[in-house]
Formats: sequence, structure tokens, C-alpha cells
Amino acid sequence: MNDVLLKVDDVRKEFPTHSKEVVHAVDGVSLEVHKGETLGLVGETGCGKSTLARCMAHLYDVTSGSVWFDGKEISTLSRRAMRPVRREVQVIFQDPYGSLNPRRRVGSIIGDPFAIHGIASGLERKKKVQELMELVGLNPEHYNRFPAEFSGGQRQRIGVARALALRPKLVICDEPVSALDVSIQAQIINLLADLQKEFDLTYVFISHDLSVVRHVSDRIAVMYLGKIVELAPTHELFGQTRHPYTRALLSALPVADPDTADSREQIILGGDIPAATNPPEGCRFHTRCPKARADCAAGEPPLISVLDDQQDHRTACFHPLTIGEDMSTAVPDLKAS
Amino acid sequence: MALLEVRDLRVSFDTPDGTVRAVRGLSFDVEAGQTLAVVGESGSGKSVSTQTITGLTRGAQVSGTAFFDGTDLISADQSTLRRLRGAQIGMIFQDPLSSLHPHYRIGWQIVEMIRAHDTVISKQAARQRAAELLTLVGIPRASERIDDYPHQFSGGMRQRVMIAMAMALDPALLIADEPTTALDVTVQAQVLNVMRRLQEQFGTAIILITHDLGVVAEMADEVVVMYAGAVMERAPRRDIFYRNHHPYTQGLLASLPARSGDRLTPIAGSPPSLISLPAGCPFAARCPHVFDKCRTEAPPLSDVGGDPRHQSACWLPHTVSEAIAS
Ligand SMILES: Nc1ncnc2c1ncn2[C@@H]1O[C@H](COP(=O)(O)OP(=O)(O)OP(=O)(O)O)[C@@H](O)[C@H]1O
Ligand SMILES: Nc1ncnc2c1ncn2[C@@H]1O[C@H](COP(=O)(O)OP(=O)(O)O)[C@@H](O)[C@H]1O
Ligand code: SF4
Ligand code: SF4
Ligand SMILES: [Mg+2]
Ligand SMILES: [Mg+2]
Repeated sequence: MNDVLLKVDDVRKEFPTHSKEVVHAVDGVSLEVHKGETLGLVGETGCGKSTLARCMAHLYDVTSGSVWFDGKEISTLSRRAMRPVRREVQVIFQDPYGSLNPRRRVGSIIGDPFAIHGIASGLERKKKVQELMELVGLNPEHYNRFPAEFSGGQRQRIGVARALALRPKLVICDEPVSALDVSIQAQIINLLADLQKEFDLTYVFISHDLSVVRHVSDRIAVMYLGKIVELAPTHELFGQTRHPYTRALLSALPVADPDTADSREQIILGGDIPAATNPPEGCRFHTRCPKARADCAAGEPPLISVLDDQQDHRTACFHPLTIGEDMSTAVPDLKAS
Repeated sequence: MALLEVRDLRVSFDTPDGTVRAVRGLSFDVEAGQTLAVVGESGSGKSVSTQTITGLTRGAQVSGTAFFDGTDLISADQSTLRRLRGAQIGMIFQDPLSSLHPHYRIGWQIVEMIRAHDTVISKQAARQRAAELLTLVGIPRASERIDDYPHQFSGGMRQRVMIAMAMALDPALLIADEPTTALDVTVQAQVLNVMRRLQEQFGTAIILITHDLGVVAEMADEVVVMYAGAVMERAPRRDIFYRNHHPYTQGLLASLPARSGDRLTPIAGSPPSLISLPAGCPFAARCPHVFDKCRTEAPPLSDVGGDPRHQSACWLPHTVSEAIAS
């Protein structure tokens, strides 16, 4: 397909630890991001979302596999060769407090990309920065203020302004709203949507909050322990959930509606997420999966389209859910096949 | 009489920048065996108010009363409060690591906690009780894991240990301040489930502080919506979601991605500074319905639609229109 902007091909990223063990943070992920779309990436703490994001932007060297941007492999590029690509691939980070240097004025923070790439200087840079501030809903007169003088939502706007300075094609948003209160979160989500329309942006949007990801994404990839377990257009992921983990995640999400909260099926998963240093054999979810059978522990399910799904809906499960299947009464039986 | 009756609680802190008026005239009741959810954005005074009630705020100016089972917690001395905390009032906080001592075994910490309040119980019996409590909150193989250190437990397990400690002496009231905010959704579901089950079993009243309206819908009997240190609206759960009155409550709900269509409808602006609060309604600067009176006079909390269980602090007419569900 020629509308592929970013392609991730069998990417692995491992980190060594003190105890000679290896963290398998991202463990064989393949996916494509299409021009103009928003791809959501969802999963629980430590499942590898941020690591994958950093691999996508080549902020990390991958352990194996490759990343392609606009038809060109970038995962092997040197720092220097990466420079022109940097302008086109930007990352917005989770923590609007931690990611801004407290001793620098916001004007100069937002102007960084211009300085780094030697694009505009002096008054011209200031003018460009103030235009950006206006664009993201910050008062341009606050050019000389320090980050501490801004609220959490405003600081996230600073991060957005800086990411957009060089008119990138792809913006990877790593939990851009997770630290914000709902009313401010909604402001930033709307801002990102407006900017996407205005500048034809492609987004990878990471969050652990399914309701946020559902709202912003065209397609969603669900991660568990370094792997994608289900990848589907948003409406299908919710309407035709195939993977037991996706279903569990959906059912655990508290719904701000008493009638629904009182009547829906709840699946309470047992146990905790296993350590990424020592992921379970076979299907990684088999230690917690209500539908687990003997074959789940023996082999690893590939990410493919299952049952009568189209090619764009892929699931890594030997026993995918059928439509209307009730999982709340399922019990694992690792002896039966 | 309610189990806990808080009346006109005021808490302020003197800081180099001026006086922070963190809680400004807060009143609410907690009924025995019920869950009261306190919801509001960060900085709205949720934590300060409950910490003050349990005598845990330092260096603050405090006024008001908080009668718990006949004792005013605000004027009570430290030794009374120490006795009540743990025995009668259990507490859990957002970050379980900060409340567990890293160098002592989990079981030892629970045993100490039990023996601090129950002077006649034997060490052996207390240890037995600790293992039971860990089982009760769903720690698998509790009797083996009782000698683990906190870092050997995951975040969700540590939070369950905190619940076990808070419930150790069968308190009448459990104060849970954002107990699941740091947890993943599947683990949050486990922890909330444990709280629900314990409440059913022991009839514990719960004050559940959260900023998550989903958690409110799942857990609450009654809801208090706070903004800038004061109650904007209080009502039974269904009224908050389906027949709400206050523009701030409505704004919060409308901001939720799950409750809107293509475009979200955020509340404009951001919360006011608690150092220099403007006169009138604290929400006036962000309220889509603001009119002249709002900017000069603060609206009192008063009944909505003639129902004393449903109150709103807003100058708009206090009739209810049936809000459209979700
Ligand atoms: N620099 C590093 N060194 C060692 N381990 C790391 C490093 N970065 C991440 N990890 C580990 O890799 C795994 C994936 O981490 P990652 O930050 O990608 O998770 P995440 O999905 O973004 O989680 P969260 O939702 O908490 O942000 C985790 O087990 C984490 O502890
Ligand atoms: N020790 C303190 N000194 C000064 N201000 C404080 C102190 N503790 C809390 N505050 C302020 O009081 C207000 C309410 O805080 P808090 O109750 O923690 O809010 P939340 O609703 O998020 O729990 C905030 O503006 C906070 O900054
Ligand atoms: S492969 Fe087996 S264990 Fe894995 S998700 Fe599917 S049913 Fe569950
Ligand atoms: S009193 Fe006025 S400003 Fe305050 S919430 Fe009501 S309408 Fe809005
Ligand atoms: Mg992350
Ligand atoms: Mg708090």
C-alpha cells in the first residue's frame, strides 16, 4: 500500500537489567500507520507502549527488526542522517511537568526546534513561536514566562506547540492527556483533532485509557507484555472484540453511567501482569486468560485475521471470541485442548 | 444521625504567596454502610478535607466540626484521634508504597498495626489474623507471602495490603483517597471488587475520593462534587448522572470521551487560584450560564426540586429537568 507513512517490521527491543536478566519490552511487533489516520495504542503499565513509540521515532535503537518512514528505513540511520527525519516525526510526551526545563522561558522552549535546525532566528523566530502559541491556545504575551507559571493543561499545550514547530508529518503522542483532569483533557483532545485537520497530521496515540483511545482513533492496537494481541478498526475492536484480553480490558473500564455500570458483565481477571523479564511461554496471556486451554501454553498464537474477519482485523488467539459469546462464565482449563 | 457529620469545615494554609483557602465551608454526611464518593478535579480540596478530619493536616488553620459517632474529630486531641484512626477509621491512600515501610515484612506490619490497637491479642493470633486478612483481600497463597517485603508485591497487591491493614480492626468508616488512581484498569477492577465485597460483608461506610466519574458510577451511593474547596452539588448517584443541576457537574460529564460524539465539549478555562478567589460563585469564570449575580454573591447550597438529598450551589432556578441519560 502506498499510503503507508510508518511501517514497523518485527521490531524487538530488549533492555539488560542488573541481574543479567533481559526485559523483553517490545517483542516482535509489526504494524503500519497510514497517512492521515490516528492509530491508537492501548495497554497496561509496562506492556511496551512507550518503548515502541521510541523505537518508531528512532529515539531507541531497535534490538532487531526495522522501522520505515515514508518508504525509507530509519532504524539504522545515524544521528546525523536522522536529522531531516526528526523534523517530520515528532513525539509529545506524557508528563507535562517533567518534560519541560523549569529554568527556561517557554518562548525559548517552543523555539528549540527552530534553533536546532537553524531555521529562523531573532525576531523572526519569536514571531514564529508566538504564532505557534496562538495556534495551541496559549497567550503569546506569555512568551517570557517559566513553565511553573503554567497549569498542567497549558504545559501540555507548550509540548504540542514545540512538536508542531517544524510542521511534522507524523506525531507520536505518548499519553498526552493522562496527567490531566477530564475538563482539561477534553480541551487538549479537541486541540489535537483541530491540528490534525488543519495540517493533515498522522497520529500514533498512546494511552492506557480505552475511552480516550476509542474517541480519537481510527484503528486500535492492543498490547500485552510486549506484543500486539489485537489490531482492528475502532468500531470493530469494540463491536466485534476477538481477543479475551481486549474483552477483559473493556469490561474493567469503569463506565460513567449508573445503568450500564449496574447491568453489564464484569470480568475480573485473576493475578497480576507477569514480569517482562520472564514472559509466559506460549500465549503470554494464558496465565490470566479465562479461556485458556492446553494449546495456549504450548505455542504462540500468530496475529492473523480469525473467523470471518477482514484482513484489517487481526487477533493473536487460538480461541477467539465469537460474537455474543459470554466470557464472564468461562474458566481456564490448561489440561483440555 | 449519620455516622460522620461534617459541618462548615474550613482549612487554610499560610504560604509565602498568600493564604491558600483549600477547603471553604464543606458540609456532608456519611451514613453507616454506605459509600460516599467525593469527586472533583485536582486541587479541589478532596484530600485536604479528609486528612483534616482524621487529624493528619499539619500547619493549617482549621475550623468547623466533624462528628464521628458522637466525637468531634476537629477538636479531639491527638491521642483520641490516634485511637480512632485504624480502629474505627481505616485509611488508604493513592500511593501504597508511601504508607508501607519498605524495610519490614508485610505480615509484621499488619501484626504491629493490629497489636497497637488490640493490646490483649497474642502475637500468634495477630499473625493468624494477618494471614486471614491477606486472603480476604485476594492475595494468593497468603500464608507463604506474609513474610515478603513490600517491593516483592506488585502495585495492585500493595494496594490490597493497604486495604487489609485498613480493615484489620473492622472499622466503621474507611477513607479511600484515590485508591486505584495509580493502578491499571484490570487491577483497579480487582481492588474495587475487594472493597465492594468487604463493605457487603462488614457493613463498612466508605468515603471514596476520586476524580474518575466512572469509578463514581460503579461504587457510590451518594456523591459530593467539589470545586475550589467547596461543594457544588451533592446527590444520590443516579441524580448526579441523570438529573444533575450544577453547571460544573454537567461540564465534567460532558467532557468525558465516552459521553460525547465527534467533538468533546470541555469546560473552558482552568480552576481559579485558591489564594485570590474572586467574589461570587467560584465557577463563574468558566460557567456557560453565568450572569451578573454570580459574580458578586456566592450561591448557597440549597435543595433541588424540593428534595433535601439533592442540593446544588448555583443561582439558576432549582427545578430539575430530566437530563438525557448518557
Ligand atoms: N530504559 C529501560 N531499561 C530497562 N527496562 C526498561 C527501560 N524502559 C522500559 N523498560 C521496561 O520495558 C517494559 C516496557 O516499558 P514501557 O515504558 O514501554 O511501558 P509502557 O507500556 O509505556 O507503560 P506505561 O503505561 O507505564 O507508560 C517495562 O517492563 C519497563 O520496565
Ligand atoms: N500543606 C499545604 N500547604 C499549602 N497548600 C496546600 C497544602 N496541602 C494542600 N494545599 C493546597 O490545597 C488545595 C487542595 O489540595 P488537595 O486537597 O490535595 O486537592 P485534591 O482535591 O486534588 O485532593 C490545593 O490548592 C493544594 O495545592
Ligand atoms: S490463545 Fe489461549 S490463552 Fe491466549 S488469549 Fe487466546 S484463549 Fe486465551
Ligand atoms: S451560580 Fe452562576 S456562575 Fe455559578 S454555576 Fe450557577 S450559573 Fe454558573
Ligand atoms: Mg509509557
Ligand atoms: Mg488528592
